[in-house]
Amino acid sequence: MTASTGNTETRNMLLNVGPSHPAMHGVIRLITELEGEKVVKVEAEIGYLHRAFEKSCENSSWTQAIPYTDRLNYVSPLINNFGYCGAVEKLLGIRITERCQYIRVIMGEISRITDHLTCIAASAMELGAMTAFLYLMKAREYLYEIIEEVTGARLTISYGRIGGVKGDFPAGLEERLETALIKTEKEIREVDKLLTRNRIFVDRTRDVGVLKREDAVSYAITGPLGRASGINYDVRKAFPYCVYDRVDFEVPLGERGDNYDRYIVRMEEMRQSIRIIRQCVRDLPGGPVNADANDKAIRSFDLVDQAKLGHTAGLVNASATVEPTLEGSERPFHERIMTADKKVSLPDKGNTYGNIEGLMNHFKLIMDSHGICPPAGDTYFAVEGANGELGFYVASNGKDRPYRVRVRPPCFFSMAGIHKMLEGYMVADIVATFGSINMIAGELDR
Amino acid sequence: MPQHWIYCDLRFNNSDQWRIKVDNLSAEAPGFIVSRLSDAVAWARKYSIFVYPFVTACCGMEYMSAASGHYDMDRFGAGLPRFSPRQADVLLVVGTISHKIAPILRRVYDQMCEPKWVVAFGVCTCTGGFYDNYATVQGIDTIVPVDIYIPGCPPRPEAVLDGLMKLQTKIEHQKQILTGKS
Repeated sequence: MTASTGNTETRNMLLNVGPSHPAMHGVIRLITELEGEKVVKVEAEIGYLHRAFEKSCENSSWTQAIPYTDRLNYVSPLINNFGYCGAVEKLLGIRITERCQYIRVIMGEISRITDHLTCIAASAMELGAMTAFLYLMKAREYLYEIIEEVTGARLTISYGRIGGVKGDFPAGLEERLETALIKTEKEIREVDKLLTRNRIFVDRTRDVGVLKREDAVSYAITGPLGRASGINYDVRKAFPYCVYDRVDFEVPLGERGDNYDRYIVRMEEMRQSIRIIRQCVRDLPGGPVNADANDKAIRSFDLVDQAKLGHTAGLVNASATVEPTLEGSERPFHERIMTADKKVSLPDKGNTYGNIEGLMNHFKLIMDSHGICPPAGDTYFAVEGANGELGFYVASNGKDRPYRVRVRPPCFFSMAGIHKMLEGYMVADIVATFGSINMIAGELDR
Repeated sequence: MPQHWIYCDLRFNNSDQWRIKVDNLSAEAPGFIVSRLSDAVAWARKYSIFVYPFVTACCGMEYMSAASGHYDMDRFGAGLPRFSPRQADVLLVVGTISHKIAPILRRVYDQMCEPKWVVAFGVCTCTGGFYDNYATVQGIDTIVPVDIYIPGCPPRPEAVLDGLMKLQTKIEHQKQILTGKS
């Protein structure tokens, strides 16, 4: 309340932005106090998409928690998958195969690109640049096609497994991936031309929503948001996991910490991600897929039928071919992508359908209270999510269900410090700033 | 159409009722004319769907895909989202509805003008999906009436387009209410 002058009394106005607001991608309610058009106070109310992720994990087996992690940051689900799997692997003390580490890096970086594409597309659209939105969505579609080819799904992929990944790359993926990357680069260049020096875009974003370096540090804000404010912290560099210590890439840093810097940082990170993917595809161990691997193969259901009839003599060395939906999990691929530890990794599908040991191993891992049982203890493992440090704290009491799974969602911290970026600016800047933060309600509210 | 041209005039008069003034009335004409008019209205409504995307979660990503160039919902006349409930015909509920946001969904629905339709986009809105827990509404049909259910977690854009076409068929074949009151 400000002092009255004469007969006129001026009062600050309270304005609710959200939770269902066109420019709020994701559900959050910002309670703003306005003095004229200036924002003087902001309070963020969260929790509109609370889906009980952590509690659900406690009621499912260690493997069954993976689909829940897809839906944390649904713009880059693969990174979430690998973060959770990495945490459980650290708890179990197992090491994943070399090829799998490369696959995780490649898929994780594809996911990071889709995340940044979506973020820039949405924030550009909110500033009126519909063309940029459509171009970037086009680029995202190329990458979704690759993700679908590898994982079988576009978005909620559940591709990570404790001890590996679901399946190997399909044959000839490298060329198609390269084509998709070239097309994506083209779209990024196009949008770069449209936005980076665009007067309207620069005016709306330059020196708007500034997050000072000290504030970013004190609110523990990481990721592109923190890097735009000049914090040189990237989990991939600071605590390298998988094969990030072997690839050559740079971490872009901003100077002013405004919306424009965040945009530039994200654009550069996409280019660096493409660079990482190219290096990993080049170094991917394992070579081409051997087409003659299933020389003696018969179809799995025939194998089962034959065995039921007692015709087992000829089946001793036979391997079963599996259904097309399980492609990539046959024996020759399986050992390249899954750890050899039988207590953790499901046997390859040829073994599961082909012999009794494989079948028993499969059932031991699938059955309730027989599955993966990490030793009692707890651990924390962090990966560089698209929005910052994405950490998983997992605790086990030796049972087949997690005792506790706690996520460190990067968005939670940026929402805690959102008032630092909004207060003192115009009400119209809320949309521009909020878009550049890339709040994802799934990981914010869990 | 009949041999001679029928002139229809829709006017909004003081009694808040849509009145249909038809020239050239013959003995059997009223029923015939009304049904033809209703066909015309059905056709128009079917191809001018203004959606209100109530986007909360993961399904929003597939909504974006379906709406943009690659799948292009605009082909079905549903390309223009309206973010004001007053201007929208179809409430597209995209993503998990928790108990905290449920009253807001109901409020948005109540603010929409008739005729209105609701599409449950994704399995969370259909049944709660695999979020069978204390926080999630087990299907939005416990809050608002739903016309079309699009299952999938999230549904592929093709499934979304299929749902949209089913909604068009439904709009086409339902009784067209032409008065102000339903």
